Amino acid sequence: MRRLPAGGWVDRSAPLRFTFGGRQYQGLRGDTLASALLCNGLGDAFRSPVLGRPRGVMTAGPEEPCALVEVSAPRFDLIAPATMVPLVDGLAAAAVAGVGRLPGPGVEAPGAQHRHAHVETLVVGGGVAGLGAARRAAMRGDRVLLVDERSWLGGTARSFEVVEGLPAWAWVDATAAELRAAADVTLLPDSTALGVYDAGYVVVHERSRPVERVWHVRARRVVLATGAHERPIAFAGNDRPGVMLSAAVLTYLDRFGVLPGERAVVFTTGDAGYLAARALRQAGSPVVAVVDVRLQADAQRRARADGLQVIAGAVVAGTEGAGRVSAAVVAGADGARTRLEADLIAVSGGWNPVTQLHRAIGGGLRYATDRSCFVPDGGPDWISVVGAAAGEVPPTEPCWYVPADDLSEHFVDLQRDQTVADVAAALGTGLRSVEHVKRLTHIGTAVDQGRASGALAAEVVNQLLGAGPGAQGPTNARPPWSPVAYHVLAGPFRGALFDAVRRTPIHPAHVERGAVFEHVGQWMRPWYFPRDGESMWDAVLRECAAVRTGVGMIDASTLGKIEVVGADAPVFLDRMYSGAMSRLEVGQIRYGLMLGLDGMVFDDGVAMRLGSDRYLVTTTTGGAARVLARFEEWHQTEWPGLRAHCTSVTEQWATIAVAGPSAREVLRSAGTDVDVSRAAFPFMTWRDGRIAGVPARLARVSFSGELAFEVHVAGWHGRHVWEALLEAGQPFGITPYGTGAMEVLRAEKGFIIVGQDTDGTVTPDDLGMSWIVNMRKGDFVGRRSLRRADLLRRDRRHLVGLLPVERDELLPEGAQLVAAEHARASPPVPMLGHVTSSYRSAVLGGPFALALLSSGRERFGSVVYARTGAGTAEEAIAATVTAPVFYDPEGARRDG
Amino acid sequence: MLLVPCPWCGPRDEVEFSYGGQAGIAYPADPEALDDAAWADFLFMRDNPKGPFAERWNHVYGCRRWFDVVRDTATNDLMEA
Repeated sequence: MRRLPAGGWVDRSAPLRFTFGGRQYQGLRGDTLASALLCNGLGDAFRSPVLGRPRGVMTAGPEEPCALVEVSAPRFDLIAPATMVPLVDGLAAAAVAGVGRLPGPGVEAPGAQHRHAHVETLVVGGGVAGLGAARRAAMRGDRVLLVDERSWLGGTARSFEVVEGLPAWAWVDATAAELRAAADVTLLPDSTALGVYDAGYVVVHERSRPVERVWHVRARRVVLATGAHERPIAFAGNDRPGVMLSAAVLTYLDRFGVLPGERAVVFTTGDAGYLAARALRQAGSPVVAVVDVRLQADAQRRARADGLQVIAGAVVAGTEGAGRVSAAVVAGADGARTRLEADLIAVSGGWNPVTQLHRAIGGGLRYATDRSCFVPDGGPDWISVVGAAAGEVPPTEPCWYVPADDLSEHFVDLQRDQTVADVAAALGTGLRSVEHVKRLTHIGTAVDQGRASGALAAEVVNQLLGAGPGAQGPTNARPPWSPVAYHVLAGPFRGALFDAVRRTPIHPAHVERGAVFEHVGQWMRPWYFPRDGESMWDAVLRECAAVRTGVGMIDASTLGKIEVVGADAPVFLDRMYSGAMSRLEVGQIRYGLMLGLDGMVFDDGVAMRLGSDRYLVTTTTGGAARVLARFEEWHQTEWPGLRAHCTSVTEQWATIAVAGPSAREVLRSAGTDVDVSRAAFPFMTWRDGRIAGVPARLARVSFSGELAFEVHVAGWHGRHVWEALLEAGQPFGITPYGTGAMEVLRAEKGFIIVGQDTDGTVTPDDLGMSWIVNMRKGDFVGRRSLRRADLLRRDRRHLVGLLPVERDELLPEGAQLVAAEHARASPPVPMLGHVTSSYRSAVLGGPFALALLSSGRERFGSVVYARTGAGTAEEAIAATVTAPVFYDPEGARRDG
Repeated sequence: MLLVPCPWCGPRDEVEFSYGGQAGIAYPADPEALDDAAWADFLFMRDNPKGPFAERWNHVYGCRRWFDVVRDTATNDLMEA
């Protein structure tokens, strides 16, 4: 293993320094890490992941199963084949045995950029076939993008080949120059097409830039010029360092000027091996013999005429060596065994066209008997496959594994350390399908995803089962074609950019006040406003007490708001809600449920009638988008003739709820021209006017059971009005409260939160809310389903209240409820329901909960058990079933 | 990723759309006139062919319009309905 004095595409005047396993070495510009390792005598520095056997560089491409490295500089890479890592000055890498290792905490994953591109033609693969296809497309005037996972163009073109009358490398240079000069042609080396998806969508991972890039490409045509990978042959000790594919031997000689061995045996099933034999000899390395499985071939005669020793009809049956190969054991046609000293065995078992991208988008495979391989067949009409990928590979005699009594060192998948014996054992269990064998043996599931082993494994299965070659093809292929780190796919969309965060216009005031926030959908809402030293529950209970005994205020701007406008708005809302919104007078407000077609509660909210043709409806904070979408769906697809328009106005309004017995005084003190007296401003009505000097709409709705006003003002006045109300409320001890207190207050009244106390299986009757469903007004969405037999069952789960028997125990939300006789029983036990909401309460003197409970309304007064652990008796909490309204059931407090 | 032909905006990436299931299932004129079996058939039963399938899409991150397309479920080829 050494650098030759001349030859290859490396720059001998440009030495590069790199470290491997912590030690300094030198390579050349143009090297890959693998070629640099080889000429530093480090080609054998690897270990197999399971058995710990010595392994060496076996290939020169992405199919490499052994030479896996972790790269720590210049840019971290968890695991990569050394054959695909371009050498750069300062590169630092180390061998890994098949399993990568995440960097420790504090190591920031490098960022990645994402960009989009639209082209007429995308070419995957920059070899001779791909460059030719790109040139044809460019001449047509297409926008062209050509990507290649290697750092050079030309693929496996050899210096001694001739393309269109030119030496291959000269042709590659000339064609690449022509393409670079063309308008609208982009050539991207070091860029892997990870997957080809519907309608010409291709995801490309570009690695050559300081910051990696993901390209989202939409192409009218995709040309797959992905080439072919040479196939290994399974023989005893075929994993020993020094066993290398013949095409890789050629690449190291021809492209990198590296001699991968001093004394070679070539083992071939076709003419390909002779190319390596001649190149080795030309480089000054003796070739002991070409072992050719064919009994006769023209290539054999020509090679003999050139003075090469050919052993026809023979196989390499085994290897010897302490670590690296020192000899090949050749079995002749007559069975006689010969030991040939060699430190390199160049293997050519035929070719596998690289069809994975094609298969993953629906392309098929067809077995080509003359070439002993699967070639692409069919597939979408916007994909064409060209060159070696299309099956333009040399004829090959089939030879998958070398028969022997002991097959336990005939390696099939070197990354999983799986042998022909392991495949045989899998078949011995009765498996027949290659897919099943893959799942039992894990062949093809390692970092290389079976590139080197997949086709071989399938044919080993065929041969062991006595089926002909090609009876079963390789296992299915799925993207990504090459492993890609999640941080690359995530790109910039992480941390603060992972999802949008919505803040109310009043948000800065909450921050200044030291609020603790919670995320509700995309919204950030104050959860509670702790004073010095207060725990969460201390703060929440203080905020609740303020609302029940004095006055509190909450930023309710996140409430979804939709304006429904048009002459048919009343009819439309009658069909969307359980209540008769058309019967509202202007100035009135009505609460309603929105049901799914299946009769289940979908959302809830109030409708305010603003005019004869105009409503403002509110939705839950998290439900605004889906309610608007539901309105649009029904309006557009079922009743396009209804004159109604729906517009989201959530962010146009800031909403502050002022709740508590002193709410009226606070509004008056803040300065309003609306008469907020009990007589002039009844419950469930709204009034327009001014507050704190700005226009406002006041609404008398209550989610706490206390006297309450919602103050709606234009978003940009939100902060001003918040501060004004806070100041006006000082004499009354006004207390800002968050979602924590809001939830306790509403639950004490038995008011549901859709999505917390309901889960898409809950009907209005289950909630005890049949009173809100107007069955006399005509049809509305979900109405017919309410009569379905399943929705009339008496054992449906009803919303109930729970009071823990031990009055200081808090039931965990989500806990399953069981009957007393199952409180101590080992699971599985019948589950009667579950806890949906659970809080502490000052006015109730202890914790309480809401729950959905089978036949719950028939169980009032009985005791159920909340199972809170794995099944031990101590982990069940007893609770008494009650009606779900705990506080002020007669509603005496809502008018203050 | 599909390229969905929005009749208003032109072809756009699939991620801009939400899927609405089988097209052409009209809401019954008088749901109350249907017995439980007929209502359940409307509510729950949908075709699942291999081949051309008329289905609904909503350009939810675009013009927000609903429209129908025909998709070949075997090839994912989309055609305007």
